[in-house]
Amino acid sequence: MREIAVVEGFANNLDARNRRGVMWHMLFQASTVVGIIALIALMLNIIDGAFGYVAYEASVDPDSLAVNGIPVQDQSKEQLVALLQSKLSSGAYNKLNNEKPFVNRSQAEVYQLVVDRMIRPKIVGVWNLWPSLTQADEIRATVAKDHPKAELDFVSWLTTNFIVRPQTSEPLTAGVRTAILGSLWTILFTILLAFPIGLGAAIYLEEYASDNRLNRIIQTNINNLAGVPSIIYGILGLAIFVRTLEALTSGEVFGLVDPTTANGRTVLSAGFTLGLLVLPIIIINAQEAIRAVPRSLRNASFGVGATKWQTVWSHVLPNAMPGILTGTILAVSRAIGETAPLVVVGASTAISFDPNSPFSKFTTLPIQIYQWTSRPQDEFRSLAAASIIVLLIILLSLNASAILLRNRFSRRF
Amino acid sequence: MTMNNDSDHKYVIETHDLDIYYGTFKAVTGVNLKVERNAITAIIGPSGCGKSTLLRTFNRMNELYANTSIKGEVTFNGQDIYAKDVDPVEVRYRIGMVFQKPNPFPKSIYENIAWTVRIHGYKGSMDEMVENSLQQAALWDEVKDKLHQSGLSLSGGQQQRLCIARAISIKPEVILMDEPASALDPIATLKIEELLHELKKNYTIVIVTHNMQQAARVSDYTAMMMLTEDRRSGTVIEFNETNRIFTNPKDKRTEDYVTGRFG
Repeated sequence: MREIAVVEGFANNLDARNRRGVMWHMLFQASTVVGIIALIALMLNIIDGAFGYVAYEASVDPDSLAVNGIPVQDQSKEQLVALLQSKLSSGAYNKLNNEKPFVNRSQAEVYQLVVDRMIRPKIVGVWNLWPSLTQADEIRATVAKDHPKAELDFVSWLTTNFIVRPQTSEPLTAGVRTAILGSLWTILFTILLAFPIGLGAAIYLEEYASDNRLNRIIQTNINNLAGVPSIIYGILGLAIFVRTLEALTSGEVFGLVDPTTANGRTVLSAGFTLGLLVLPIIIINAQEAIRAVPRSLRNASFGVGATKWQTVWSHVLPNAMPGILTGTILAVSRAIGETAPLVVVGASTAISFDPNSPFSKFTTLPIQIYQWTSRPQDEFRSLAAASIIVLLIILLSLNASAILLRNRFSRRF
Repeated sequence: MTMNNDSDHKYVIETHDLDIYYGTFKAVTGVNLKVERNAITAIIGPSGCGKSTLLRTFNRMNELYANTSIKGEVTFNGQDIYAKDVDPVEVRYRIGMVFQKPNPFPKSIYENIAWTVRIHGYKGSMDEMVENSLQQAALWDEVKDKLHQSGLSLSGGQQQRLCIARAISIKPEVILMDEPASALDPIATLKIEELLHELKKNYTIVIVTHNMQQAARVSDYTAMMMLTEDRRSGTVIEFNETNRIFTNPKDKRTEDYVTGRFG
């Protein structure tokens, strides 16, 4: 190595300084690696649960339903409808007919009903992806020994059917449509409440509020509110939206008669509760974005005789918008994943009809996942794993669209 | 209340015993200045003596900084611009400003002018307005083929002339310039100085500058600012015609400063 000239009175400590730098460098790299390992472990765990072998037995032998040697799946729609009519109670048959008249159903749909309602496969064993891959022979042997009549299939719990079907108590036919729609409805009202109010408050605090004691107290409290545990917002939402404003959140003031007995435990209450939860986060992020707009730009605007509002509207907001949207994206992502406040506000754990108005009862994906993971049967854990993948996909696609929106705004001169 | 537009007053801007405060700190003390119509008045002096602070009080830009206040009086055409019934927005409309760092809006060149005149209710032909303003700022020939490009895509000197074009588009009476050429190279500076000579025919200009040669070249009147004896507060120590300041200053400190002997 080249000798370094040492000036008298100074030590040649360059090597030591460089070593210290390398040490910190490696430490920081290690912390990143820990994070990535945790993330990969999480993903593997979810995928492990979402795929694998399932063994199931039919409650009614499908062969017994064959007519003149034609197996049940090849029979005509009319035959299948007649079969349903003869085997189901008239109440259950009429209910199905009311949901969607049989004349409008295809053969495949009716066959599905026959499977769900009459053949009724029952799950007798569930295996995760890893054992399914590594111990397939043992699994087959076990099933053949314990459940000779059972059928063993390698399934993906995450299917199109899983996404479009409503919630049911049968793991094989359960889906997350109800929960997806509930999440989307809820998040819509969260954004409607939190974005305009949050942005408005941020503009006021940054541009208009004078620097006095009252405003400093308000500012400090907004910062504190951002750290309040979410379940407390649930209690707040329960008190305000579900109880006090029940007439409003159940749609009574709009003349709606509530047939679902939601009593204020509606999409609207949930959305507004999550809105309150993310409001401080949106305010703080928007304030920071507004503060980052350079003074020179404000000066330019004021210098040509623009009013405060013209300056804010034409220069400050367009320049702060990418930052404001980034903050909102983060806040909304958090709201989508929230479970605790919705439990308190009264999310339904078992509803099979879709939310179709702000005044519907609701469930959301995290609630659904929570509910499924707390069941003792293994198959529900696989359902939960599949729902987690759905939740992540929804979250990522919402984020992606918000980022596209943000980039449109930040395509500046 | 609207600002006077009459040109009866010989002096466009006058200050009377003007003190400027940041909170309780008195940054500028006892300024009495008279800014003559259609002339260029330069404010010179060492860093930190309150030149920019003084300039900003002429169109109430100082109010955009926290905790500033003034004592004394600033008049525009004889009218106190700090009177209760005067809207600072109107003051800044009549008395425009160009800043040290070129600060075009992050919009197109065209829109820099168009937005400015639109907010003041301009109803005429926008293309004409943009062309006229850019021509007056001696920028038209350089940008006429790229009016819809960003104002920030121009060079520093061009950006500064765009800012001048923007300032004059709304036809103020006075243009305040806070070291408009300090961030520019000598060629761009020369262009700005030539422009100032042209603008003087139609506008009254007050310019703050670090550069004494520049003050000597462009200005008709010069105010020399310096810290007071206790070195706490800036004040105008001498105000006179520019050639008098530079050739025959009355104050010893001015002489030391303009001849470069200031220690």
